[in-house]
Amino acid sequence: MEVILIFISAVLVNNFVLSYFLGICPFIGVSERIESSVSMGFAVTFVLTLSAAITWLINNYILIAFNVPFLQYVSFIIVIAALVQFVEMFIRKTSKTLYDALGIYLPLITTNCAILGLALFGALRAYSFIENIVFGIGAGLGFTLALVIMAGIREELDLADVPEPLKGAAITLIIAGLLALAFMGFAGLISV
Amino acid sequence: MAAKDDRKSVGVEFVKGFWKENPILVMLLGMCPTLAVTTSVINGLTMGLAVVFVLTCSSLIVSIVRNIIPKQVRIPVFIVIIATFVTMVDLFLKAFLLDLSKALGPFIPLIVVNCIILGRAEAFASKKGVFLSVVDALGVSFGFTITLIILGGIREVLGMRTFFGHPVLGEGFEPWIVMLLPPGAFITLGLLLGVKNSIDKRLKEKRSR
Repeated sequence: MEVILIFISAVLVNNFVLSYFLGICPFIGVSERIESSVSMGFAVTFVLTLSAAITWLINNYILIAFNVPFLQYVSFIIVIAALVQFVEMFIRKTSKTLYDALGIYLPLITTNCAILGLALFGALRAYSFIENIVFGIGAGLGFTLALVIMAGIREELDLADVPEPLKGAAITLIIAGLLALAFMGFAGLISV
Repeated sequence: MAAKDDRKSVGVEFVKGFWKENPILVMLLGMCPTLAVTTSVINGLTMGLAVVFVLTCSSLIVSIVRNIIPKQVRIPVFIVIIATFVTMVDLFLKAFLLDLSKALGPFIPLIVVNCIILGRAEAFASKKGVFLSVVDALGVSFGFTITLIILGGIREVLGMRTFFGHPVLGEGFEPWIVMLLPPGAFITLGLLLGVKNSIDKRLKEKRSR
């Protein structure tokens, strides 16, 4: 039950993009076309899930066990960078189609704050191993959902008559604000 | 290089971060902390100063070691340098300003992945000399701080009727709670970008006339 709550909360109620503001850079940068936003979303979900597992192990079996929590940021970011690098090599060797689909987005993920944010939130809330992985999957799907909705709106926006100074990033941010307003409707779903 | 040229370019490097290459309004970097912490002026100011410290120190170190690091591993090295200074800021805030540290939560550690810092390290500090890198870092990070203060000011005044904790709007004004919530952050920043763009356009028209 607890696990289901964590999942729903990460996807809808506390959506990473729209209520924690994590992963805004790709949210604005890669939300112009639906296909590319789907690829980006799944690449992020993949890395989020893996890094949720690995950072949990590091945090509990190395940092807490040896009493060196001040190394948390340095070690998390190194692990994430190495993980992204490793995932990229692995995908290139095993699946050419997947590599072509995700290719350019993979290296960008290292500096996606959603990944480090997830590791930090997981450590802060002291989730169990399973809970942390579910949290990672949920956060990734929430990110994908927000990104795809945004891309859908922006494709329609090409035809709209936007005031000159608001064109580009400004109108994207305002739409994100309206989306966040809509997502606030989910707030009553769970009391966390 | 002549001394006069040097002084001129130092001024240019410092000022450009405020308007022409403002990290938030022009380059759209570092959006996560910008939107998340600007619920009040003091939070924005603290975040801004944390970034000033981290960016200046890491630019200094990066430009000192830039000739020693092999090209292939430069990004991981930069990130470790940045993460070290972020840890220092975080421990400092926890030791002396616990309330602020709690209010900013995970957004202080998230400075590690703030694209502004890695961006300056990669684009500027890894190529230029020590002094210019520090000046550039100070300019960009103060530009960042000022934008955070403006954004935090707008949201705090409209959302809580206060500025820096002092009441500025009378009782008759109903606070706009939405300004403190995520939608308020997105919409305010979007409109701020619009204002910046229209001022730029007007300046351009004036110059071409």
